[in-house]
Amino acid sequence: MNDTFSGKIWVLDDDIDTDIIIPTEYLALKSVEDMKKYAFSPLRKELAGQIRQGDIIVAGKNFGCGSSREQAPEIIKALGIKCIIAKSFARIFYRNSINNGLLLIENKQLHDDAVEGDIIDVEVNNAVYYNGREYKISSLPQNLVDIIEAGGLVKAMRRRNGLD
Amino acid sequence: MGATIIEKIIRNNTGLEKAVANDIVTVNVDRVMIHDIFIPFVADKFEEMGFKKLWDPDKVVLIYDHLVPASQVDDTRHFKAGNEFVKKYGLNNIHRADGICHQLMTEAGYVKPGDVVFGTDSHTTTYGCVGAFSSGIGYTEMASILGTGEMWVKVPETIKVTINGVLPNNVTSKDIILKLIGDLGADGATYKALEFAGDTVENMSIASRMTIANMAIEAGAKCALFTPDYKTEEYCEISLNDMQRDLVGDDDAVYNKELTYRAEDFVPVVACPSQVDNIKPVSELSDISIDQVFIGSCTNGRLEDLQKAAAVLKGKKVAPFVKLIVTPASTKIYRQASEDGTLSVLLEAGAIVTHPGCGLCCGRTGGILTDKERVVATNNRNFLGRMGTSKVEIFLASPITAAASAIAGKIVNYDKSINIW
Repeated sequence: MNDTFSGKIWVLDDDIDTDIIIPTEYLALKSVEDMKKYAFSPLRKELAGQIRQGDIIVAGKNFGCGSSREQAPEIIKALGIKCIIAKSFARIFYRNSINNGLLLIENKQLHDDAVEGDIIDVEVNNAVYYNGREYKISSLPQNLVDIIEAGGLVKAMRRRNGLD
Repeated sequence: MGATIIEKIIRNNTGLEKAVANDIVTVNVDRVMIHDIFIPFVADKFEEMGFKKLWDPDKVVLIYDHLVPASQVDDTRHFKAGNEFVKKYGLNNIHRADGICHQLMTEAGYVKPGDVVFGTDSHTTTYGCVGAFSSGIGYTEMASILGTGEMWVKVPETIKVTINGVLPNNVTSKDIILKLIGDLGADGATYKALEFAGDTVENMSIASRMTIANMAIEAGAKCALFTPDYKTEEYCEISLNDMQRDLVGDDDAVYNKELTYRAEDFVPVVACPSQVDNIKPVSELSDISIDQVFIGSCTNGRLEDLQKAAAVLKGKKVAPFVKLIVTPASTKIYRQASEDGTLSVLLEAGAIVTHPGCGLCCGRTGGILTDKERVVATNNRNFLGRMGTSKVEIFLASPITAAASAIAGKIVNYDKSINIW
């Protein structure tokens, strides 16, 4: 995966849980499109309406902790977020994001320096560049690269079943 | 080199005799659980992936619990999608109104020691109470398991927690797991297994072990594991085989971290709003008035939890401005609590006893709160907006602390003896 892109950043704190990303009361709405306007509403009601295609979320530790609701990464992707760069991610959220083709990047330092609204440059599997500084990032394990490159787990399974 | 419990389970499951922490392996799934919230999405993904049949219908359990009984018209869509999936693919194990998924998976005998189990719910870690490797996944991964019976996992590193001694009378396993989450932090066990040992743990009921395993995810853990013993045999109605009897961490196993506690040092604690690792001793809180108390959930809605609450509430009344909501975790528990007099004590004290299910814990029904209201709750999450508006303050506590607080109308430390009849 060699990919380079830039985006405007939204900065969130530590422990952004799945009830913040999408409260349970909206989970029975019919589609991710119906749900996405409520994203992050317990924390910042206006945020979902402000995010634009290609923006990037920069967060603290344990992003996505809480429930197994897969709508959390789906909604973030539907809002147009290109990737999330956090100090760390909760386990289930991490798996769900990969399976839905949402790129996650771990970096311990960027969040401490990042200012909301700034632009950062991302070079996947190598580094993030911000304010003239380089933040190294690790590369993804091969089994996860396979899923992302197939376009997510659904497409990987369709291929297995001889459909694509 | 010795092995941790999770390494032993994965070696046995995969036949990979040298599997160790951080290896990526493919496991053969013994059982899966899907609940009502996610069944429509699982069904859609399963068909989108191009599967025509389930890998093994007997290994699939579908449970309606979050939305039972329906509180909004839209909820019924989930039951319809579930029923259609059952009919089309021939599911045999389905529970439409028997209680909370995590309670039923062990109570109804779907999980045995050494099994590898996945569920579409983060609290699937609960089944570690009987020595199973169980963990939560999303609906896309669930759909792929339904078609293949397989799942990739990274063998987790293990944090070993040893507790020896006798717990103080007003302390429960809920106080232990809250204290541990506070010590580890909400991400302190991320990607890792928590392994429990020591005579305090050995002397615990399966129900108390369930409370601990249930909340392991709140420290980020992939799973929690207890060594199966005679209590497990009795609870699961089995005789342990050699593999199951060997599910104990070896002395020379490699651990990421080892923590040791003295049972006598534990005190009643609460998780203050709005992080599960914001832990404070109850005795340090003063004059925090409350509007509601919730005793229930897959964390603390079992018979022993209701009995402990009833022991505190016996002959007393809930404060006039407080609503006490009690939700048994399953129909079986409801019936047992009815037969042994527990429910009568709770009702006489002024409790509202609701139908079994997830109820208020997931904020969908039965006691939603509004801005600036405070609730003491025995469930597992105090996140913003979990039980109503984002300005509700949720304090997580044991059933004993919850019951005592319901009487006082504020958060109080129960310092008397508990006598369960």
